[in-house]
Amino acid sequence: MAREFSWIRPEPWGIHVVPADCWIDPARPVDRALVTHGHADHARGGHGETFATPETLAIMKLRYATEDGAVPVPYGERIALAGGVHATWIPAGHVLGSAQILLEHAGERIIVTGDFKRRADPTCPPFEVTPCDVLVTEATFGLPVFRHPPVEQEIAKLLAALAANPERCVLVGAYALGKAQRLIAELRRAGHHDTIWLHGAMERMCRLYEDWGIALGDLRLVSDARREDLAGSVIVAPPSALNDRWSRRLPEPITAMASGWMQVRQRARQRMVELPLIISDHADWDELTRTVQDVNPAETWITHGREEAMLRWCQLNQRRARALALVGYEDEDD
Amino acid sequence: MEDFAALLDALVYTRSRNAKLKLLADYLRETPDPDRGWALAALTDGLDFPAVKSSTIRNLLTERIDPVLWTLSRDYVGDSAETASLLWPEPAEAPSPPTVSQAVDALSRMTRANVMTELPRLLDRLDANGRYALLKMATGAMRIGISARLAKTAFAQAFDVAVEDVEEHWHGQSPPYSALFDWAAHGAEPPSSEDLPLFRPFMLAHGLEETQVDLADYAAEWKWDGIRVQVVRAGGETRVYSRSGDDISGTFPEIAEALHIDAVLDGELLVRGVHQGGEANERTQGGAASFNALQQRLGRKTVSRKMREEYPAFVRLYDVLILEGEDLRALPWTVRRAALEALLPRLEPDRFDLSTVIPAADFAELSAIRERARDDAIEGVMLKRRDSPYVAGRRTGLWYKWKRDPLLIDCVLMYAQRGSGKRSSFYSDYTFGCWDGNPDEGAELLPVGKAYFGFTDEELKWLDRYVRNHTVNRFGPVRETDRTLVFEVAFDSVHASKRHKSGVAMRFPRINRIRSDKPAHEADRLETLRGLIRD
Repeated sequence: MAREFSWIRPEPWGIHVVPADCWIDPARPVDRALVTHGHADHARGGHGETFATPETLAIMKLRYATEDGAVPVPYGERIALAGGVHATWIPAGHVLGSAQILLEHAGERIIVTGDFKRRADPTCPPFEVTPCDVLVTEATFGLPVFRHPPVEQEIAKLLAALAANPERCVLVGAYALGKAQRLIAELRRAGHHDTIWLHGAMERMCRLYEDWGIALGDLRLVSDARREDLAGSVIVAPPSALNDRWSRRLPEPITAMASGWMQVRQRARQRMVELPLIISDHADWDELTRTVQDVNPAETWITHGREEAMLRWCQLNQRRARALALVGYEDEDD
Repeated sequence: MEDFAALLDALVYTRSRNAKLKLLADYLRETPDPDRGWALAALTDGLDFPAVKSSTIRNLLTERIDPVLWTLSRDYVGDSAETASLLWPEPAEAPSPPTVSQAVDALSRMTRANVMTELPRLLDRLDANGRYALLKMATGAMRIGISARLAKTAFAQAFDVAVEDVEEHWHGQSPPYSALFDWAAHGAEPPSSEDLPLFRPFMLAHGLEETQVDLADYAAEWKWDGIRVQVVRAGGETRVYSRSGDDISGTFPEIAEALHIDAVLDGELLVRGVHQGGEANERTQGGAASFNALQQRLGRKTVSRKMREEYPAFVRLYDVLILEGEDLRALPWTVRRAALEALLPRLEPDRFDLSTVIPAADFAELSAIRERARDDAIEGVMLKRRDSPYVAGRRTGLWYKWKRDPLLIDCVLMYAQRGSGKRSSFYSDYTFGCWDGNPDEGAELLPVGKAYFGFTDEELKWLDRYVRNHTVNRFGPVRETDRTLVFEVAFDSVHASKRHKSGVAMRFPRINRIRSDKPAHEADRLETLRGLIRD
């Protein structure tokens, strides 16, 4: 008997869907790519054809300035690929346009989650639990120490720091795609309607989100601000700008960072962060393990992140599991 | 406990000293007794709960979570208390946190027999930050950069009292320092310090910049290159204190064992050396080795007999503050000096000698004597006003230090690292090297030292730009530069070192001048630097 699920092969640079000869989130150019979401480590340029949600394709177009070979697939639409493979993009709740990809072939169902989370996010539709035989799950925060607090609590922390220091500004490091817009949308939801100032690298992505109907309120560029405008404001910048020359123009910034890694004190200290905000677009430990239970697949394959602990958990819960060694996914800033 | 946990967290993320002081002072002012006293003790490492060990935490957790998951988590987080605080199951009911005092009380009652049932009860009453604070407090390993000195300064700031008074009254008090808070916060009489071997704050000197002084008014002494210590005996106990007021009696037991007279003595702790006599006073004083030899003895909690024999310590006395119950601090230096000289014959000669007064007729002669002094155990000259009382801290016009001119060498900038605090975006820490041969014949640069001061703010901006424009490689926060910039580096002395590839270690290196005019191949060679080693 052929090995079960042998039509899908994890290789170090991506997951190969053999009968359709296409790759999921490949780390190098291929003829046909199925892309889960727009983060640069998953959505690289240079493929012959790129299948993804329209939102993800728009993000890729912004990044790579080309739409060549783009094949938009809206959420929930089941498309036929070569070799009798069908694919469906299902919301993953990670960032705008993010999806799990359900692959069907010869009566078997495999889901590749891409990056996902289970919490509500005003910038994208929620993760949908979908039954399957193999669940290929991420494990970025796959350690039981990662239990992300409610986002409202972290936003309150930010607003409290802002109120306590009217002469200073709060400079928040946030990944330019997804985290930044979610942070802004959550601030708005918490009733903060002041101008939010952006690092130049954030602007186009925020506009793109607004074009897709996600209201972010009054946003302006730090480069257009006078120093006194910035006192008492929230400024959003990519994490790399936090301790760089760029931030010297700001009035005594309180350095914050919105990331799941902020749960660990030394991680925050290494980044010279004064105000750690534990806000993550990834599933935490409880969400990861709950998702495996909810989906209840026959086998769980674990990709990028802390695979060992998830593998151990599967073992303890008598679930078949294996770790895939995929390269090229960067998670440090998320 | 929530306030203490919040303080702890804020201190972890705060880098600036002033901001830390403010956080601590606010907490001390606003927190009731005796919580603030216990918190202070916890922060300055003064609490010990023998029933709670690091292994207790592991055992507690592995009863509740798979040991493999515990180990994976612990390895990732790097701190048992933090890992445990995150892994502890959230209690079903809303937390009802104990006060710091209640927590201390509960922890101190725990025994090895019941700690595994009692500690969980406390943990169940706290949220993750509270659990972290409790476990840190219980295991006595805060490591959040709060020195005793910083805590005392914050205490002084909180209650608007002099830090010298805090120093004086602090010693001998035990947690929760009720008498100390009664005095500072509630205006009670300060705690009595008689019959206790307490630390008295040191008198310090200003640098002698352009000033010249009249030797009729000032006495000159050598400034020895050891560590400043205070040896105190009272109530049958002897203590040796470092400049910061830390008790280092255990590191130098031969000194603590040698004083049998009730006194408070100020002097320089040195290690005997054969080949450095101190040329101005070799007839009267035994030799002292360089600081490098003393370094072998520093930072050890216990000291082996071999160490004591190889690097015997002694104290070269500068001053006497209190002698047999009489406080001499208000008296002129001349009177205290006479008392010290009279005391010397009663002290153990192996462990105590006297820092002699330099016999110079005038400033010019002193200047000449200082120039000739190339003894490695001499750091420079001290000038003490003959009528000066012994006062804590630095008081203008009383004591001056006149350091020996620094040694200079031209080095090439090799690596730069970003600084912290207000320099956090600037490349402000520089590693520089000397040539290991002739640079025109393919010699290489070997790092010889690291410096992060000596330049102005303007120069720092220039250097930052230079580093960014001349980067050839990056390693995390470190940039490797193209090795084109020459620094004139000033330093106090240089020693042989096995720890460095270059075989040398500089003392107090700083950037003296930026020599952008000088080509890198004209920078100094390692042999020049090695030629300056004198131990």
